[in-house]
Amino acid sequence: MDSTQVALAERAAEQQRHHSKSLFFYVWGVLLVMTAVEVYLTYQNMQPVKMLTILMGLSLVKAALIIGYFMHLKYEVSRMKWITMCSVVACLILMTIFFFPDARRILELGVK
Amino acid sequence: MADSAVHDIPSVYEPSLFGTYSKKIGMWLFLLSDSLTFGALLYAYSYGRISTAGWPTPFHSESIVNATVMTAFLLTSSLTMVLAVRASVDRNAKRQTLWLLATMACGIGFIVLHGREWGNLIAEGLSLPMFPKVPGHEVVSEFADVSRNVPQFAATFFGLTGMHMLHVTLGVVYLGVVALRRKFIPILLVLWLAGWLLIPSYSPFHYGVHVLLLAAIVISIILWLKPKVYDSSDVEVAGLYWHFVDLVWMFIFPLVYLMSARI
Repeated sequence: MDSTQVALAERAAEQQRHHSKSLFFYVWGVLLVMTAVEVYLTYQNMQPVKMLTILMGLSLVKAALIIGYFMHLKYEVSRMKWITMCSVVACLILMTIFFFPDARRILELGVK
Repeated sequence: MADSAVHDIPSVYEPSLFGTYSKKIGMWLFLLSDSLTFGALLYAYSYGRISTAGWPTPFHSESIVNATVMTAFLLTSSLTMVLAVRASVDRNAKRQTLWLLATMACGIGFIVLHGREWGNLIAEGLSLPMFPKVPGHEVVSEFADVSRNVPQFAATFFGLTGMHMLHVTLGVVYLGVVALRRKFIPILLVLWLAGWLLIPSYSPFHYGVHVLLLAAIVISIILWLKPKVYDSSDVEVAGLYWHFVDLVWMFIFPLVYLMSARI
Protein backbone atom coordinates (compact mmCIF):
# COMPACT_ATOMS: atom_id res chain seq x y z
CA MET A 1 0.00 0.00 0.00
CA ASP A 2 1.18 3.55 -0.65
CA SER A 3 1.67 5.98 2.21
CA THR A 4 -1.78 7.59 1.82
CA GLN A 5 -3.49 4.21 2.07
CA VAL A 6 -1.36 3.22 5.07
CA ALA A 7 -2.28 6.49 6.81
CA LEU A 8 -6.00 5.94 6.11
CA ALA A 9 -5.80 2.33 7.35
CA GLU A 10 -3.98 3.47 10.48
CA ARG A 11 -6.66 6.11 11.11
CA ALA A 12 -9.36 3.43 10.79
CA ALA A 13 -7.43 1.20 13.22
CA GLU A 14 -7.11 4.10 15.66
CA GLN A 15 -10.89 4.61 15.55
CA GLN A 16 -11.39 0.89 16.33
CA ARG A 17 -9.11 1.13 19.39
CA HIS A 18 -11.39 3.76 20.92
CA HIS A 19 -14.45 1.50 21.03
CA SER A 20 -15.00 -0.45 24.19
CA LYS A 21 -15.42 -4.20 23.77
CA SER A 22 -18.46 -4.19 26.06
CA LEU A 23 -20.38 -2.25 23.38
CA PHE A 24 -20.02 -5.20 20.97
CA PHE A 25 -21.12 -7.69 23.63
CA TYR A 26 -24.14 -5.47 24.31
CA VAL A 27 -25.06 -5.37 20.59
CA TRP A 28 -24.60 -9.15 20.35
CA GLY A 29 -26.92 -9.64 23.36
CA VAL A 30 -29.57 -7.37 21.84
CA LEU A 31 -29.39 -9.28 18.55
CA LEU A 32 -29.84 -12.62 20.35
CA VAL A 33 -32.79 -11.29 22.37
CA MET A 34 -34.43 -9.93 19.21
CA THR A 35 -34.01 -13.33 17.54
CA ALA A 36 -35.69 -14.98 20.53
CA VAL A 37 -38.56 -12.44 20.29
CA GLU A 38 -38.97 -13.28 16.58
CA VAL A 39 -39.23 -17.00 17.35
CA TYR A 40 -41.70 -16.31 20.18
CA LEU A 41 -43.90 -14.18 17.89
CA THR A 42 -43.94 -16.95 15.29
CA TYR A 43 -45.99 -19.13 17.62
CA GLN A 44 -48.49 -16.40 18.61
CA ASN A 45 -50.84 -17.25 15.73
CA MET A 46 -50.93 -13.73 14.29
CA GLN A 47 -52.32 -12.68 10.91
CA PRO A 48 -49.58 -13.36 8.28
CA VAL A 49 -49.41 -9.73 7.08
CA LYS A 50 -49.15 -8.40 10.64
CA MET A 51 -46.51 -10.99 11.52
CA LEU A 52 -44.54 -10.27 8.35
CA THR A 53 -44.58 -6.55 9.15
CA ILE A 54 -43.32 -7.09 12.69
CA LEU A 55 -40.67 -9.65 11.66
CA MET A 56 -39.35 -7.46 8.84
CA GLY A 57 -39.31 -4.45 11.19
CA LEU A 58 -37.24 -6.42 13.71
CA SER A 59 -34.96 -7.66 10.89
CA LEU A 60 -34.36 -4.08 9.74
CA VAL A 61 -33.38 -3.06 13.29
CA LYS A 62 -31.04 -6.08 13.52
CA ALA A 63 -29.54 -5.20 10.11
CA ALA A 64 -29.02 -1.59 11.25
CA LEU A 65 -27.22 -2.80 14.40
CA ILE A 66 -24.95 -5.11 12.39
CA ILE A 67 -24.16 -2.47 9.76
CA GLY A 68 -23.76 0.36 12.27
CA TYR A 69 -21.68 -1.34 14.97
CA PHE A 70 -20.18 -4.59 13.64
CA MET A 71 -19.51 -3.22 10.13
CA HIS A 72 -18.50 0.09 11.68
CA LEU A 73 -20.54 2.26 9.30
CA LYS A 74 -21.76 4.41 12.20
CA TYR A 75 -18.21 5.70 12.61
CA GLU A 76 -17.47 6.34 8.91
CA VAL A 77 -17.70 9.79 7.31
CA SER A 78 -21.26 10.86 6.52
CA ARG A 79 -20.61 10.78 2.75
CA MET A 80 -19.80 7.07 3.00
CA LYS A 81 -22.92 6.39 5.09
CA TRP A 82 -25.31 8.26 2.80
CA ILE A 83 -23.96 7.13 -0.57
CA THR A 84 -23.76 3.42 0.34
CA MET A 85 -27.09 3.19 2.12
CA CYS A 86 -29.08 5.43 -0.25
CA SER A 87 -27.88 3.54 -3.32
CA VAL A 88 -28.85 0.11 -2.05
CA VAL A 89 -32.16 1.31 -0.54
CA ALA A 90 -33.06 3.05 -3.83
CA CYS A 91 -32.46 -0.20 -5.77
CA LEU A 92 -34.55 -2.20 -3.29
CA ILE A 93 -37.37 0.38 -3.51
CA LEU A 94 -37.31 0.02 -7.31
CA MET A 95 -37.62 -3.76 -6.94
CA THR A 96 -40.54 -3.26 -4.51
CA ILE A 97 -42.32 -0.94 -6.94
CA PHE A 98 -42.15 -3.52 -9.72
CA PHE A 99 -42.40 -6.87 -7.92
CA PHE A 100 -45.10 -6.58 -5.29
CA PRO A 101 -47.91 -4.90 -7.26
CA ASP A 102 -47.42 -7.55 -9.94
CA ALA A 103 -47.51 -10.40 -7.43
CA ARG A 104 -50.68 -8.96 -5.87
CA ARG A 105 -52.21 -8.47 -9.30
CA ILE A 106 -51.88 -12.21 -9.96
CA LEU A 107 -53.55 -12.95 -6.64
CA GLU A 108 -56.34 -10.42 -7.17
CA LEU A 109 -57.07 -11.72 -10.66
CA GLY A 110 -57.89 -14.99 -9.00
CA VAL A 111 -55.13 -17.16 -10.46
CA LYS A 112 -55.17 -19.92 -7.89
CA MET B 1 -9.30 19.70 -11.58
CA ALA B 2 -8.87 16.54 -9.54
CA ASP B 3 -7.10 14.86 -12.47
CA SER B 4 -4.67 17.73 -12.86
CA ALA B 5 -3.97 17.62 -9.12
CA VAL B 6 -3.00 13.95 -9.46
CA HIS B 7 -0.94 14.50 -12.61
CA ASP B 8 0.92 17.55 -11.32
CA ILE B 9 2.07 15.82 -8.15
CA PRO B 10 2.58 12.15 -9.05
CA SER B 11 3.56 11.03 -5.56
CA VAL B 12 0.56 12.55 -3.78
CA TYR B 13 -2.96 11.28 -4.32
CA GLU B 14 -6.11 13.27 -3.85
CA PRO B 15 -7.86 12.56 -0.54
CA SER B 16 -10.25 9.62 -0.45
CA LEU B 17 -13.87 10.62 -1.15
CA PHE B 18 -15.05 8.25 1.57
CA GLY B 19 -12.27 9.04 4.04
CA THR B 20 -11.00 5.50 4.15
CA TYR B 21 -8.62 3.16 2.35
CA SER B 22 -9.31 1.67 -1.10
CA LYS B 23 -9.60 -1.99 -0.05
CA LYS B 24 -12.42 -1.15 2.32
CA ILE B 25 -14.25 0.93 -0.29
CA GLY B 26 -13.81 -1.93 -2.77
CA MET B 27 -15.32 -4.41 -0.34
CA TRP B 28 -18.25 -2.06 0.40
CA LEU B 29 -18.94 -1.74 -3.34
CA PHE B 30 -18.85 -5.53 -3.71
CA LEU B 31 -21.21 -5.93 -0.75
CA LEU B 32 -23.63 -3.38 -2.21
CA SER B 33 -23.75 -5.35 -5.46
CA ASP B 34 -24.09 -8.63 -3.56
CA SER B 35 -26.94 -7.19 -1.49
CA LEU B 36 -28.80 -6.68 -4.76
CA THR B 37 -28.19 -10.35 -5.65
CA PHE B 38 -29.72 -11.45 -2.36
CA GLY B 39 -32.36 -8.74 -2.65
CA ALA B 40 -33.44 -10.21 -5.99
CA LEU B 41 -33.54 -13.73 -4.53
CA LEU B 42 -35.55 -12.61 -1.49
CA TYR B 43 -37.95 -10.69 -3.74
CA ALA B 44 -38.30 -13.74 -6.00
CA TYR B 45 -39.16 -15.85 -2.95
CA SER B 46 -41.67 -13.23 -1.74
CA TYR B 47 -43.17 -12.90 -5.23
CA GLY B 48 -43.68 -16.66 -5.37
CA ARG B 49 -45.23 -16.67 -1.94
CA ILE B 50 -47.68 -13.83 -2.63
CA SER B 51 -48.73 -15.06 -6.05
CA THR B 52 -49.06 -18.76 -5.19
CA ALA B 53 -52.14 -20.00 -3.42
CA GLY B 54 -51.56 -22.77 -0.89
CA TRP B 55 -47.97 -21.86 -0.11
CA PRO B 56 -46.70 -24.61 2.21
CA THR B 57 -45.70 -24.15 5.83
CA PRO B 58 -43.61 -27.27 6.23
CA PHE B 59 -41.19 -26.31 9.01
CA HIS B 60 -41.94 -28.17 12.23
CA SER B 61 -40.54 -27.03 15.56
CA GLU B 62 -37.36 -29.14 15.07
CA SER B 63 -36.55 -27.16 11.91
CA ILE B 64 -37.27 -23.85 13.66
CA VAL B 65 -35.06 -24.81 16.63
CA ASN B 66 -32.32 -25.88 14.20
CA ALA B 67 -32.57 -22.58 12.28
CA THR B 68 -32.57 -20.60 15.57
CA VAL B 69 -29.36 -22.33 16.67
CA MET B 70 -27.88 -21.59 13.23
CA THR B 71 -28.81 -17.90 13.72
CA ALA B 72 -27.13 -17.92 17.15
CA PHE B 73 -23.99 -19.42 15.55
CA LEU B 74 -23.86 -16.63 12.96
CA LEU B 75 -24.50 -13.85 15.50
CA THR B 76 -21.79 -15.27 17.77
CA SER B 77 -19.42 -15.51 14.81
CA SER B 78 -19.99 -11.80 14.15
CA LEU B 79 -18.97 -11.04 17.73
CA THR B 80 -15.81 -13.16 17.48
CA MET B 81 -15.04 -11.46 14.14
CA VAL B 82 -15.27 -8.04 15.78
CA LEU B 83 -12.90 -9.28 18.50
CA ALA B 84 -10.51 -10.55 15.79
CA VAL B 85 -10.51 -7.09 14.18
CA ARG B 86 -9.89 -5.54 17.59
CA ALA B 87 -6.97 -7.92 18.23
CA SER B 88 -5.53 -7.06 14.81
CA VAL B 89 -5.59 -3.30 15.47
CA ASP B 90 -3.98 -3.98 18.86
CA ARG B 91 -1.30 -5.93 16.89
CA ASN B 92 -1.91 -9.07 18.94
CA ALA B 93 -1.32 -11.70 16.23
CA LYS B 94 -1.94 -14.73 18.43
CA ARG B 95 -5.31 -13.48 19.69
CA GLN B 96 -6.25 -12.36 16.17
CA THR B 97 -5.66 -15.89 14.85
CA LEU B 98 -7.59 -17.44 17.74
CA TRP B 99 -10.62 -15.20 17.23
CA LEU B 100 -10.53 -15.82 13.48
CA LEU B 101 -10.46 -19.58 14.13
CA ALA B 102 -13.39 -19.17 16.56
CA THR B 103 -15.31 -17.31 13.83
CA MET B 104 -14.53 -20.09 11.36
CA ALA B 105 -15.70 -22.70 13.92
CA CYS B 106 -19.06 -20.91 14.26
CA GLY B 107 -19.32 -20.69 10.47
CA ILE B 108 -18.57 -24.41 10.12
CA GLY B 109 -21.19 -25.12 12.82
CA PHE B 110 -23.71 -23.16 10.76
CA ILE B 111 -22.82 -25.06 7.56
CA VAL B 112 -23.01 -28.46 9.28
CA LEU B 113 -26.43 -27.72 10.81
CA HIS B 114 -27.70 -26.32 7.52
CA GLY B 115 -26.36 -29.31 5.59
CA ARG B 116 -27.99 -31.71 8.04
CA GLU B 117 -31.31 -29.89 7.65
CA TRP B 118 -31.06 -30.00 3.86
CA GLY B 119 -30.29 -33.73 4.07
CA ASN B 120 -33.35 -34.37 6.26
CA LEU B 121 -35.67 -32.33 4.01
CA ILE B 122 -34.39 -34.06 0.86
CA ALA B 123 -34.75 -37.49 2.48
CA GLU B 124 -38.33 -36.63 3.46
CA GLY B 125 -39.22 -35.70 -0.11
CA LEU B 126 -38.68 -31.93 -0.39
CA SER B 127 -36.41 -32.00 -3.37
CA LEU B 128 -35.53 -30.61 -6.77
CA PRO B 129 -35.65 -32.66 -9.98
CA MET B 130 -31.85 -32.28 -10.30
CA PHE B 131 -31.21 -33.90 -6.89
CA PRO B 132 -30.64 -37.69 -6.96
CA LYS B 133 -33.17 -39.89 -5.16
CA VAL B 134 -32.18 -41.06 -1.69
CA PRO B 135 -32.07 -44.89 -1.76
CA GLY B 136 -33.88 -46.88 0.93
CA HIS B 137 -35.65 -43.89 2.42
CA GLU B 138 -39.42 -43.70 2.61
CA VAL B 139 -40.70 -40.39 1.24
CA VAL B 140 -42.97 -38.53 3.67
CA SER B 141 -46.08 -37.66 1.65
CA GLU B 142 -46.37 -34.12 3.11
CA PHE B 143 -43.05 -33.06 1.57
CA ALA B 144 -43.57 -35.06 -1.61
CA ASP B 145 -46.89 -33.22 -2.06
CA VAL B 146 -45.15 -29.86 -1.56
CA SER B 147 -42.54 -30.70 -4.23
CA ARG B 148 -45.27 -31.87 -6.62
CA ASN B 149 -47.94 -29.19 -6.07
CA VAL B 150 -45.87 -26.09 -5.27
CA PRO B 151 -42.50 -26.65 -6.99
CA GLN B 152 -41.71 -22.93 -6.53
CA PHE B 153 -41.24 -23.56 -2.81
CA ALA B 154 -38.41 -26.08 -3.15
CA ALA B 155 -36.81 -24.09 -6.01
CA THR B 156 -36.77 -20.79 -4.12
CA PHE B 157 -35.90 -22.41 -0.77
CA PHE B 158 -32.90 -24.36 -2.09
CA GLY B 159 -31.86 -21.47 -4.38
CA LEU B 160 -31.90 -18.84 -1.63
CA THR B 161 -30.46 -20.89 1.24
CA GLY B 162 -27.97 -22.60 -1.11
CA MET B 163 -26.66 -19.23 -2.29
CA HIS B 164 -26.28 -18.14 1.32
CA MET B 165 -24.57 -21.40 2.29
CA LEU B 166 -22.12 -20.89 -0.56
CA HIS B 167 -21.35 -17.40 0.77
CA VAL B 168 -20.78 -18.75 4.29
CA THR B 169 -18.49 -21.49 2.92
CA LEU B 170 -16.45 -18.98 0.94
CA GLY B 171 -16.39 -16.72 4.01
CA VAL B 172 -14.89 -19.53 6.11
CA VAL B 173 -12.28 -20.11 3.37
CA TYR B 174 -11.53 -16.37 3.22
CA LEU B 175 -11.02 -16.19 7.00
CA GLY B 176 -8.91 -19.37 6.86
CA VAL B 177 -6.56 -17.71 4.37
CA VAL B 178 -6.33 -14.52 6.44
CA ALA B 179 -5.68 -16.53 9.63
CA LEU B 180 -3.37 -19.27 8.38
CA ARG B 181 -2.26 -18.16 4.88
CA ARG B 182 -0.46 -20.98 2.98
CA LYS B 183 -0.97 -23.47 5.81
CA PHE B 184 -4.70 -23.36 5.06
CA ILE B 185 -4.33 -24.82 1.54
CA PRO B 186 -3.49 -28.43 2.62
CA ILE B 187 -6.27 -28.24 5.25
CA LEU B 188 -8.71 -27.20 2.53
CA LEU B 189 -7.57 -30.03 0.25
CA VAL B 190 -7.97 -32.59 3.06
CA LEU B 191 -11.49 -31.24 3.77
CA TRP B 192 -12.35 -31.49 0.07
CA LEU B 193 -11.05 -35.05 -0.24
CA ALA B 194 -12.75 -36.17 2.98
CA GLY B 195 -16.02 -34.56 1.90
CA TRP B 196 -15.89 -36.09 -1.57
CA LEU B 197 -15.07 -39.59 -0.31
CA LEU B 198 -17.30 -39.65 2.78
CA ILE B 199 -20.45 -37.85 1.62
CA PRO B 200 -22.70 -40.37 -0.21
CA SER B 201 -23.14 -39.82 -3.94
CA TYR B 202 -26.92 -39.23 -3.63
CA SER B 203 -26.29 -36.07 -1.58
CA PRO B 204 -25.99 -32.72 -3.43
CA PHE B 205 -23.05 -31.96 -1.11
CA HIS B 206 -21.08 -34.82 -2.74
CA TYR B 207 -20.78 -32.50 -5.76
CA GLY B 208 -21.02 -29.20 -3.86
CA VAL B 209 -17.84 -30.01 -1.93
CA HIS B 210 -15.87 -29.38 -5.16
CA VAL B 211 -16.23 -25.67 -4.29
CA LEU B 212 -13.43 -26.32 -1.77
CA LEU B 213 -11.14 -27.69 -4.50
CA LEU B 214 -11.88 -24.68 -6.69
CA ALA B 215 -11.21 -22.36 -3.74
CA ALA B 216 -7.89 -24.14 -3.00
CA ILE B 217 -6.78 -23.62 -6.63
CA VAL B 218 -7.75 -19.93 -6.63
CA ILE B 219 -6.07 -19.35 -3.24
CA SER B 220 -2.87 -21.11 -4.41
CA ILE B 221 -2.70 -18.81 -7.45
CA ILE B 222 -3.37 -15.67 -5.37
CA LEU B 223 -0.82 -16.55 -2.67
CA TRP B 224 1.73 -17.54 -5.32
CA LEU B 225 1.27 -14.25 -7.21
CA LYS B 226 1.11 -12.04 -4.12
CA PRO B 227 2.41 -13.66 -0.93
CA LYS B 228 1.94 -11.34 2.05
CA VAL B 229 1.31 -11.12 5.76
CA TYR B 230 -2.22 -9.87 6.28
CA ASP B 231 -2.47 -6.72 8.42
CA SER B 232 -5.33 -5.13 10.35
CA SER B 233 -6.85 -3.58 7.23
CA ASP B 234 -7.12 -7.05 5.62
CA VAL B 235 -8.76 -8.46 8.74
CA GLU B 236 -11.22 -5.54 8.84
CA VAL B 237 -12.14 -6.03 5.16
CA ALA B 238 -12.60 -9.79 5.71
CA GLY B 239 -14.79 -8.88 8.70
CA LEU B 240 -17.02 -6.70 6.51
CA TYR B 241 -17.69 -9.69 4.26
CA TRP B 242 -18.41 -11.95 7.22
CA HIS B 243 -20.82 -9.50 8.84
CA PHE B 244 -22.63 -9.14 5.51
CA VAL B 245 -23.22 -12.91 5.42
CA ASP B 246 -24.68 -12.63 8.92
CA LEU B 247 -26.79 -9.64 7.87
CA VAL B 248 -28.37 -11.49 4.93
CA TRP B 249 -29.36 -14.38 7.21
CA MET B 250 -31.26 -11.89 9.41
CA PHE B 251 -33.73 -11.58 6.51
CA ILE B 252 -33.69 -15.21 5.30
CA PHE B 253 -34.42 -16.62 8.78
CA PRO B 254 -37.76 -14.81 9.37
CA LEU B 255 -38.89 -14.73 5.75
CA VAL B 256 -38.18 -18.35 4.84
CA TYR B 257 -38.32 -20.22 8.15
CA LEU B 258 -40.48 -18.31 10.62
CA MET B 259 -43.12 -17.31 8.06
CA SER B 260 -43.34 -20.97 6.95
CA ALA B 261 -43.48 -22.51 10.42
CA ARG B 262 -46.08 -25.21 11.00
CA ILE B 263 -48.11 -24.00 14.00
